[in-house]
Amino acid sequence: MSHLLEVRNLTVDFHTAQGTVHAVRDVSWHLDRGECLAILGESGSGKSVSASAIMNLIDCPPGEIVTGEILFEGADLLKKSGEERRQLNGKRIAMIFQDPLSHLNPVYTVGFQIEEIMTAHGWPADKARARCLELLERVGIPDFANKVDAYPHQFSGGQRQRLMIAMALALKPDILIADEPTTALDVTVQAQILALLEELQRETGMGLLLITHDLGVVAEVADRVVVMNSGQIVETGSAAEVYRAPAHPYTKKLIGAVPGGGDMAQPLDTGIAPILEINGLSKHYGAFAALDNASLTVLPGETVAIVGESGSGKSTLAKCLLRLEEASMGEALWQGRDLVTMPARDLFEMRRDIQMVFQDPTQSLNPRMSVYQIISEAWAIHPDILPKPQWKERVRDLLEQVGLSADHMFRYPHQFSGGQRQRIAIARALALEPKLIVCDEAVSALDVSIQAQVIELLTRLQDELGLSYLFIAHDLPLVRDFAHRVVVMQGGRIVEQGPVAQIFDAPRMNYTRNLMAASLHPDPEVQAERRAARDAIKEAS
Amino acid sequence: MKSFLGQRAIASAISLVALIVLVFFLSRLTGDPTTLYLPVDASLESREQFRKLHGLNDPLIVQFGRYVGDLIRLDFGESIRRSEPALDAVLRAFVWTLQLAVITMALVTAAAIVLGSLAAFKVGGLFDRIATFFSLIGASAPDFWIAIVAIVIFSVNLGWVPTSGTGSVWHWILPISVLFIRPFGLILQIVRGSMITALSSAYVKTARAKGVRNRPIIFVHALRNAMLPVITVIGDQAAALLNGAVVVETVFGFPGVGKLMIDSILQRDFTVVLAAIFVTAVAIFLMNILIDILYAVLDPRIRY
Repeated sequence: MSHLLEVRNLTVDFHTAQGTVHAVRDVSWHLDRGECLAILGESGSGKSVSASAIMNLIDCPPGEIVTGEILFEGADLLKKSGEERRQLNGKRIAMIFQDPLSHLNPVYTVGFQIEEIMTAHGWPADKARARCLELLERVGIPDFANKVDAYPHQFSGGQRQRLMIAMALALKPDILIADEPTTALDVTVQAQILALLEELQRETGMGLLLITHDLGVVAEVADRVVVMNSGQIVETGSAAEVYRAPAHPYTKKLIGAVPGGGDMAQPLDTGIAPILEINGLSKHYGAFAALDNASLTVLPGETVAIVGESGSGKSTLAKCLLRLEEASMGEALWQGRDLVTMPARDLFEMRRDIQMVFQDPTQSLNPRMSVYQIISEAWAIHPDILPKPQWKERVRDLLEQVGLSADHMFRYPHQFSGGQRQRIAIARALALEPKLIVCDEAVSALDVSIQAQVIELLTRLQDELGLSYLFIAHDLPLVRDFAHRVVVMQGGRIVEQGPVAQIFDAPRMNYTRNLMAASLHPDPEVQAERRAARDAIKEAS
Repeated sequence: MKSFLGQRAIASAISLVALIVLVFFLSRLTGDPTTLYLPVDASLESREQFRKLHGLNDPLIVQFGRYVGDLIRLDFGESIRRSEPALDAVLRAFVWTLQLAVITMALVTAAAIVLGSLAAFKVGGLFDRIATFFSLIGASAPDFWIAIVAIVIFSVNLGWVPTSGTGSVWHWILPISVLFIRPFGLILQIVRGSMITALSSAYVKTARAKGVRNRPIIFVHALRNAMLPVITVIGDQAAALLNGAVVVETVFGFPGVGKLMIDSILQRDFTVVLAAIFVTAVAIFLMNILIDILYAVLDPRIRY
């Protein structure tokens, strides 16, 4: 019997100005009805390319499908005309994407966009409207009868992904391709979206192709998994098998790099005077409290992680601390002096001691400045730190300290990979010899294996230089391995804080427990247990 | 929205006042009005009489007060050369210019949007290359030269259309065609660039994955998103036309506000110049408000 969808020996090249890139080479996999296949890989592994080829989304040129077949119900899609493939898209094979905000058209109502998939395939408008309302109710959009005429920016991230799912499932497709469907979402929302996808798959019996970099997502929903690395499939098997007995070294490396398995740090001696003491810090925007009465301390050499969902006030706290935003109330004592009320002149001096590393190094490094200029700029601003003749030597030292080499000095940010760029950002922060570094989702945009390297670097620097970190993150396993203490935030308030072992092993608050239960573990068996625990919480409430 | 319109109206009014003040003092800076208005060999007595008649002997501040008082009543005074209220002459000419501008910009907008969108759909294709080639020529061609060459070819040699004036539909063809070329070239380039960005966006990818046909992808999904920068440039170009297409109106003897202004400046008919500046300024302010409203209509994320 032939498979519902089968990709055979697919090779896709992209012809760029820098030469030909082999995006995928000789890739073969198949998907059956009612099954969930995950394609797992890091950025640049080519995991999305075969999906784009199935949906006819590869622009040729610069793309070229060199060899291969894509058999849908036995017939090769690549031999069909553009119009024949258009008729399959959306109707028989549908797709949802990573970032629902940019994948929904900002200037049309969501109702229009959901109905369009039906009218494009010949449905009359009134029938499409009725089905649209039915779908919105099914995917759990509150007040859907009114919300149907709202625009994408008026929904939350999780709701937008629900809208995308409603759209994709409108015509009951045989196959749903989900490309990183939960990557941009909070853990609790991620769990809801994955649960919704599973439910809908059970209802309709469709085949689900899930493209992801997250072993936890694989463990939660996939039956089988295909592991990809630099355009090739390195391993295939059932999700449980591949996790338990990975055969290929790359898969082993990937599983080994997943955080959350190491020892948890012991709390530091509380007898030391804190380097930073925040008391009742608040930030109001009109009547809305983005940050409400937050108090915490950071000891020298300590890593304090701040976790919480988007909108919980984590970043507002950091911004108020660095005076990128003015706090409405409260104090932040830095070695006894209040940062909140400090006059601008003193603040200039103080900024040396507190540095920040941002989430996206592509955006936080000036693309027109060389690495040398980026790092040495700090000394141009604070001229008393280092006389100019020594700059080059110090930049070399700093680059070596963060694991780059001296000959990287005169290159520009675009010549580096994402992980290397974050190292540059860390070197820049270190240039001022700070005592505290605020890391705002500093490793969230990086692949798991790169994440592990950057965390290792941060840990080493802490040991060598006695740095403190305020580590803002949404990735709980990472926090578990890295932090001394954890602060949990919700809706602008700190709901719980304590040593990492206490928060992870014996969380007191329901919110923290929910957060823990929603975070995904790479082991399918552990994940099955967690799911049971999660269902229990749901039933109990 | 209402408060936004109110704010915009106030801001425009302030700009208008600044413009009026500037025009008054700049015109006084150009020297003694009698040397401008009267013949070079005019006698001292006639000069003195002229000054008295027009109150030029009063202190500047008094003159300014009178000037503002007249303006509030929309009384710009008599045209010295035309013996009718200056405003009447300007409004008559402005109607011509407005028709010319509206027809030209409507044609430019329609043509540039359709052709620019199609060029962007297959970047580097034959159609794109032809469109880009001609739009670049259009955007860089000097209009006075095109106007003269067009008259030579189509009016003098071929005799298809009249050389100048108004009266029939045929009279409109050359001025509109010549005014069309430059904004068309420019706006086509903007549409093309903006559409290339929009067509490579994520929501267009979604539309393709939904099985939406190419035409709605271009003209429904991409175009509306691509229109914001285009509208800005359209507004800019339309403002230039409302100001009077001075060269083209003059070459074609078209009785618009641009020609009126040039004629009045040459004839030292300053009341008319002043009225023309006032009317075109008000028109441009109104158009800018219209463009702001259009932004909000096109993009639901923009709310004032």
